[in-house]
Amino acid sequence: MVKEIERYGIPIVHIATITTISTSVGANRIMPAVAIPYPVGNPKLSPAEEKAMRYELVDKALKTLETSINEQTIF
Amino acid sequence: MSERFKVVYYVNQFFGQIGGEDKASMEPEVHESTVGPALGFNGLIKDSGDVVATIICGDNYFNEHKADALEKITSIIKKYNPDVFVAGPAFNAGRYGMACGEIGKYVFEQFKIPVVTGMYKENPGVDVCRQQAIIIETGDSAAAMRKALPVMAKIVTKLVNGEELGSPSEEGYIPQGTHKTVIVDKRGSQRAVDMMLARLKGQEFETEMPMPVFDRVDPAPAVKDIRKATIALVTSGGIVPVLNPDHIESASATKFGKYDISGMDGLSPKDFKTIHGGYDPVYANEDPNRVAPLDILKQYEKDGKIGKVFENYYVTTGTGTAVANSVKFGVEIGAQLKAAGVDAVILTST
Repeated sequence: MVKEIERYGIPIVHIATITTISTSVGANRIMPAVAIPYPVGNPKLSPAEEKAMRYELVDKALKTLETSINEQTIF
Repeated sequence: MSERFKVVYYVNQFFGQIGGEDKASMEPEVHESTVGPALGFNGLIKDSGDVVATIICGDNYFNEHKADALEKITSIIKKYNPDVFVAGPAFNAGRYGMACGEIGKYVFEQFKIPVVTGMYKENPGVDVCRQQAIIIETGDSAAAMRKALPVMAKIVTKLVNGEELGSPSEEGYIPQGTHKTVIVDKRGSQRAVDMMLARLKGQEFETEMPMPVFDRVDPAPAVKDIRKATIALVTSGGIVPVLNPDHIESASATKFGKYDISGMDGLSPKDFKTIHGGYDPVYANEDPNRVAPLDILKQYEKDGKIGKVFENYYVTTGTGTAVANSVKFGVEIGAQLKAAGVDAVILTST
């Protein structure tokens, strides 16, 4: 799905735990996720800490979208 | 003198020579004559069998009224009591392939007779009936009809005679994913080492298990001003509205959902849940934002760090979902995002 959306020229970042799969299928902007059942969460943290962590992850994701790349990149 | 075998043959409105898209809503009809490919097929089996009935049904009708269509087809099969059911070939026609696949699977399971059809390997219908039917591999358009029918006829004849089929590559059908134990001279470790040595020497070797090859897309240009950008959120993590109104599957998804999240501050556990069958759902059901971070994206919008969050959120289930379907979803979603002027996308996977 990531590749087909990108084919329209829309920058897209794939947040995924198994970055090797993302790479072999061909996503260009790849960001490692926290874990499979909670890619952008962490139930071990308190709700406030978890939200703060997610805030940082989204910041990172947006930064990947602002970054020019020439090849597949794991951020 | 042995009995001649009986075939019931299924075609869509186009191959049944009723009409094109304008007739795609026609209900199933049965003809005791042979029409279209059924006629050609009948000629190929004439030494030992006959097509006793041809069912013609509209592709839209089938896909939109599956239960009714299957009911009608059930009564037709009961009436004619065939030894084998043949459908298509559908080549790369998606709706037709889905119809052949669904009907083929159903007939196999209900009537326990062999089912043979034909499709291009990327037809979404392949994954529907791969285990239940023998799907001969065809080209991607009806230009391949001439080559397809004899292969189908040969396989049908073998099946009704109780003959075992050779390997997919020998007989021309799409692998069913079944593993057959065969005795070979060399054990696995020797074959692996032989393959490795050949590879190191730059010699040719044949893999025992072909890996899929994926193409590459040029990286899309970076977003110029993220503070003005419309960002869309997509996930393969299966976070859907609690009633799963679009019945998205827990695995091997055949569809995606699109939901208006413009009035929301995040994905509330009261309104959303996960239906993805491939990971422990506890954490996502406590807080769906852990899979698709709508809460934070909305916060960014409020804080002026992005222009806005796109009003539609897209979701499907990633586990076991056919590559062909995933491509289809990506193409459709991408088209919608492009048309709406979305600037960038965050896609999360579990």
